[in-house]
Amino acid sequence: MDLALLENILFATVRTGTPLLVVALGAMISERSGVLNLGQEGMILVGAACAFIAAYSADSLLLGVIIGALAGALVSLIFAFVALTLISNQVATGLALTIFGTGLSAFLGAEYVGQSIEGMTRVELPLLHKIPLIGPALFGQDLMVYLGLALFALVFWTMRSTRLGLIIRAVGENPQVAHALGYKVLVVRYAAVLFGGAMAGLAGAYLSLSYAPMWAEGISAGRGWIALALVVFASWRTERILLGAWLFGFASILHLLLQGFGYDVPSNLLAMLPYAVTIVVLVFMMSRKGAKGLFAPRSLGQPYHPPQ
Amino acid sequence: MKLKPLLALTTALLGWSLASQAAEPFKVGFVYVSPIGDAGWTYMHDRARKIVAEEFGDKIETTYVESVAEGADSERVIRNMSARGHDLIFTTSFGYMNPTLKVARRFPQVKYEHATGYKTARNVGNYQARAYQARYLAGMTAGAMSDTNQIGYVAAFPIPEVIRGINAFTLGAQATNPDATVKVVWINTWHDPAKEREAADSLILQDVDVLTMHTDSPAVIQAAEARGVYSVGFNSDMSSYGPKSHLTAAVMHWESIYRDKIQAVLDGTWEPTAIWHGLKEGVVDVAPFNEAVPEWVVEKVNSVKMQIINGEHAVFEGPIYNQAGELMVKEGEELSDEDLLELEWYVKGIDG
Repeated sequence: MDLALLENILFATVRTGTPLLVVALGAMISERSGVLNLGQEGMILVGAACAFIAAYSADSLLLGVIIGALAGALVSLIFAFVALTLISNQVATGLALTIFGTGLSAFLGAEYVGQSIEGMTRVELPLLHKIPLIGPALFGQDLMVYLGLALFALVFWTMRSTRLGLIIRAVGENPQVAHALGYKVLVVRYAAVLFGGAMAGLAGAYLSLSYAPMWAEGISAGRGWIALALVVFASWRTERILLGAWLFGFASILHLLLQGFGYDVPSNLLAMLPYAVTIVVLVFMMSRKGAKGLFAPRSLGQPYHPPQ
Repeated sequence: MKLKPLLALTTALLGWSLASQAAEPFKVGFVYVSPIGDAGWTYMHDRARKIVAEEFGDKIETTYVESVAEGADSERVIRNMSARGHDLIFTTSFGYMNPTLKVARRFPQVKYEHATGYKTARNVGNYQARAYQARYLAGMTAGAMSDTNQIGYVAAFPIPEVIRGINAFTLGAQATNPDATVKVVWINTWHDPAKEREAADSLILQDVDVLTMHTDSPAVIQAAEARGVYSVGFNSDMSSYGPKSHLTAAVMHWESIYRDKIQAVLDGTWEPTAIWHGLKEGVVDVAPFNEAVPEWVVEKVNSVKMQIINGEHAVFEGPIYNQAGELMVKEGEELSDEDLLELEWYVKGIDG
């Protein structure tokens, strides 16, 4: 393998990993606050459809990105209201959200099927993109990839070194104690869910504005589910989410590249690699002594009844 | 006193509604596997439906159900359509074959036509398109336009229908460019625009300068347009996705089949036949050529098209070698339809 090939593989890896990274960061924040939202796939689709419609109608990619994030947040608000205020079962509500989002996005996007837009283009950062090997992958991408990395840095810093990060974690670990300390559990959870929705919407915008600049029903093709697995894979740690997203991205493009280079690999086998990796990691984590190995927030998925 | 005119009116209305019921148009139903969308398989079936609905006017009424999953879902949809008084039902995906046959037994008065299957019954016919003929012509165009002699093919699943298309495309490319090779990348899905695009990009990295695909979205055309290489569409004319890159496309026009079948049922001459129509019947064709395609290529493609239509040229005509270089079809022979339906080997020049 020569240098150019490795550079190309890294480039494609980062690009493929970006939507997974963005969704997973949002899902992680939501889960860290104790809310399990399985509606990621639905939120991505609504984000993708709305982003495309906005970008197409206003001829502005920036507006598309903003509308995509807002649409994702708006849909997650439905989830937040039903799951947090009405205290419904989070798993069932999340699944319903996915079904709802899939249908809604198809309905909204129906008239825009077949429309074409000029997608995002690469922005090469001066000098930096010339660094051998990692230059093009990290500094020769489009703006959404940079935004994804910036959001990663933001989440990483928030969870590691800020009071807000501590509060989110406290609410997810033990909402009763957080409440006793004077934190508004519901407000924190609402905000976390909305953030997760906006991130899923952004990932959707990335798919319909950059990755394949068009609207097609079901354009997310299961990436929301992979991102949910990725959060578990990363055991709710921000830095592992970044590595995991790249690993999953790498696994999903590896078989495409290898086939093209004439390596005789069974493509079906390689296509399931990301899923196989997730299962292996889940088994590995479960096998460690009980919940200690799993860094899952302790109140994950459990409803919180605010004291009267 | 006032009752009388009311009664008269009611009787008149009743009579009118009965009369209109008696003259109720012939009902034709269509079952689609995916959303109608803008460019793919279902889009072309629906386009044909609209054309015949227009032509027959008041004589027929068409309905459709889209995004019907193959298997149990499709059986329910087909049964429901049959029960709601449809006279003729087209089921347009391979996986609908057994559900169609099953429902057809329960509704002997309804006629069914299934696309791309191989079974027929007393009231079930089937129809297919020789897409490979158009693929061959599209391949000729691609071969002539390639400078690197490497053409990329994004493919969904290794089933005979897809393999047939890849083989025909490769033979076509070699007809205009003996050095042409075709690199195939399998993505194991019919519809994932992001992955289709990624596969196209990975092929472009490997010196491929013309791309085509057997998947559902136009993402491959977009990838080619963005990277400045040529592309060849499938199912419909996809030139709006790649004004500069899209050379032509292997397209399908199902309307002649629908027109004939509907007319046959109306005339009472319908038979449960299995038909496989191609260039000759106008069911497959190539889309208008990009102006980048030189005149001699267009002329050559058109002349081969005429030869295929006249029966002077067959796509799978010997000598044909397989990937390992073994002679599979001797000079002067050609593959039979049975062979084509079960095609599972690759012709020489395919890489993948």
